[in-house]
Amino acid sequence: MSPDLRPSESPHDGLFVNGLCKSYGPVQVLADASFEVRPGEVVALLGENGAGKSTVSNIIAGSIKPDAGSITWRGRPYSPANPAAAIEAGVGMIHQELKLLPDLSVAENVYVGRLPMRGGRIDRAAMNAKASAQLKRLGLDVSPERKVRTLRVAAQQQVEIAKALTLNAELLILDEPTAALGGEETELLFRQIRKLKAEGMSFIYISHRLDEIAQIADRVVVMRDGRIVARHERADIPVRTVVEQMVGRSVERMFPKLSPPGRETVLEVENLSSPERSFNNVSFAVRSGEILGIAGLIGAGRTELVRAIAGADPISSGAVRVAGQPVHLSGPAAAIRAGVVLVPEDRKEQGVVLEQTIGENLAIGNFDHVAPKGWVFPKAVQRFAEAGISRLGVKGRPSQAVSKLSGGNQQKVIIAKWVSRPPKVFILDEPTRGIDVGARAAIYDVIADLARSGMAVVVVSSDLEEVLGLSHRVLVLSRGRQRGILDRDEASNIAVMELATS
Amino acid sequence: MNKSSRQGHRRLADGGDEVAVSNETSELKAGTGAAQAASGAKLSALFAGTMGPLIGLALLCLALTLTTDTFLTFRNILNVLDQVTVLGIMAIGMTLVILIGGIDLSVGSVLALASMVMGFVAHPDYLNLGMPAGIAAALVVAGLCGLVSGLLVTVTKLPPFIATLAMMSVARGLANMITDGSQIVGFPDWFTNLSIIRHLGFLSVTVGLMIVLAIVFAVFLNYRATGRSLYAIGGSAEVARLSGIPVKPLTNWVYATCGVLAGLAGIVLAARLDSVQPSSGLGYELDTIAAVVIGGASLSGGIGSIGGTAIGVLIIGVLRNGLNLLGVSPFVQQVVIGVVIALAVATDTWRRRRQ
Repeated sequence: MSPDLRPSESPHDGLFVNGLCKSYGPVQVLADASFEVRPGEVVALLGENGAGKSTVSNIIAGSIKPDAGSITWRGRPYSPANPAAAIEAGVGMIHQELKLLPDLSVAENVYVGRLPMRGGRIDRAAMNAKASAQLKRLGLDVSPERKVRTLRVAAQQQVEIAKALTLNAELLILDEPTAALGGEETELLFRQIRKLKAEGMSFIYISHRLDEIAQIADRVVVMRDGRIVARHERADIPVRTVVEQMVGRSVERMFPKLSPPGRETVLEVENLSSPERSFNNVSFAVRSGEILGIAGLIGAGRTELVRAIAGADPISSGAVRVAGQPVHLSGPAAAIRAGVVLVPEDRKEQGVVLEQTIGENLAIGNFDHVAPKGWVFPKAVQRFAEAGISRLGVKGRPSQAVSKLSGGNQQKVIIAKWVSRPPKVFILDEPTRGIDVGARAAIYDVIADLARSGMAVVVVSSDLEEVLGLSHRVLVLSRGRQRGILDRDEASNIAVMELATS
Repeated sequence: MNKSSRQGHRRLADGGDEVAVSNETSELKAGTGAAQAASGAKLSALFAGTMGPLIGLALLCLALTLTTDTFLTFRNILNVLDQVTVLGIMAIGMTLVILIGGIDLSVGSVLALASMVMGFVAHPDYLNLGMPAGIAAALVVAGLCGLVSGLLVTVTKLPPFIATLAMMSVARGLANMITDGSQIVGFPDWFTNLSIIRHLGFLSVTVGLMIVLAIVFAVFLNYRATGRSLYAIGGSAEVARLSGIPVKPLTNWVYATCGVLAGLAGIVLAARLDSVQPSSGLGYELDTIAAVVIGGASLSGGIGSIGGTAIGVLIIGVLRNGLNLLGVSPFVQQVVIGVVIALAVATDTWRRRRQ
């Protein structure tokens, strides 16, 4: 923990946050939060989900009112009544879920609510010209008349930033800006942040990706349980240190020790191609007990590839064999029967039925177990659910709604759904996305256990450290093509990125 | 250990549970609470999650018992049951459709088409092939209408609202085309007696049919894997599909079943009226949807039950009957029913948000 827990006394023209507190009923979500952001500086705000990062940012951005404490901004007391007042004062926030109107044009989105008018009509020419200028300032080559829906997520985010720039924002809060971005797009965003920083703009940067912090941040503030637990004057601090401060205990090891894989080949994928060409001629094999990581940038075709192997999307050519038997990929049901199961990328949309109970969620897909001859017996579901819960260490009861569980426990429920079959091939797509750093280690242990029990495991992840730490071998995709398969000892950050960007 | 979880632990200890002090105590507490709620609901599995509508129905009956001297009579209760058979049978099918996150606007028109087909095939003035053939033809046509709606949703990917809106128009047109818009009157006595003669002094065949169907479908939804799958589809079609549930075939089947039940309702209506006409069932789709929604089903799918729908049907039936007994004009009745729909769903939404 850094020695100076109070902001420096030297006055400057930036942001001073002083002793902010916020409670909802008896739950204190923010306690005595104090930090500062100097002009032209990027401050990284780190912490697990629920640490209070969003609360403090939303207070600064005017959408939540604090119970106590004060903020000074540009030398004057600052207590925005609503987001509009914050924007008026030059403070903008880009939320993780972008708040754009998908069917309006780029320029309309930039100027929504304050469209330039002339003679009672919208002055489209002026609007497009002004929007165009802002986009150029960001180095973005997009027509201002394009519908936002047709843009990629990265470009949509740029539109939000352009909007903030036209509002003369001098402090921009970025909430997980790179969550949906690939490597190249992240680089572009970083270049823009550095440029705007040089112009005197300040940033509060919230991210789960600790490797980014050293690249972009000037200083680091770490939060835990609503409190600020550490401030670092430099950003190049070891990841381990930050993680330990975030979770409040020493992290012995992130990744489990891997057991050596078996000899027999379980999954064989041969010249697999998708109808949309999102992946082409991919071939690989996974042995029993082996974990194959799949790495690549966003849009490289990783998710499409594993979805096709699990029967979720159609293929145009190629073959998949499980334990030597060809699998007819007519749909998820056929793949499941053949022993191939998928933990999908989007947990809440594709993995669990949120409003149903753990028991119901486990029963879906296991009616052949819990419903002999089609009759579902609540007792059987209960027993089945209890077995899954205890095997995976889910913190919950069979009758509890899945929506009430943490992300990590929801992910365990999805794994528990399949683990008892038992499957031969276990595919996990982004298994720790949106899951707290502290809870990730538990998921990694589960994945290593799956392999140890003799399954062939395939893990797709955008988190390179995760792929490297968890896999026996790493397959790298780039623009739908297989660029190589690296063994554990030759797979390094650099080796993988070289292939991924080729 | 913070203060709130310590308190949580003490409460658990007071309840006689021995739980080690840990960060999970609050979660455990939430778990036991949910478990208790679930075991309470198990006592009335068929009416799970329908306490609100049930209380509403009870209050309504109480009010009518106090304000009229005819409501709480054996004869009037049987009347109410007779009056809700058509609505009740249709509402069973609509429950399935709404459960999977769909909607079926065509049931009123399909009811009319099915009854016209039955009249056309069976009546001596037309094909004169006999009642059994007429009834069979009606059910087949109604099932086909539902299947086409289903295929429009699953294959053509039309939104259910649009697919069934189209079917609503097509079926109504076909119903009119059969006899060029005129009605068919007069069926055999045994057929009309199905809704008139009260066996054992209280149960007409049509009311019995409704009750049997309700029980069969309630058991199906609660205890059959296919029934549980419908809840999964309504909760999230993609989760269901990735879990190996045949979403498209089941969706087709649900719309076809809803069509068959609408056809059956048309046959029951024909027995009650001793005639069929192409304009019958106008607006029934809205009554049916209202009954299902009053019964606690969510239009976004995944939530609902036959028990709830039965209560919804009875609320509408009792309300109509009671307002008639009180001599309230049919126009005012429409206003009252509209208000009840809004109230029922608003209470439900409010209650859910509070949880």
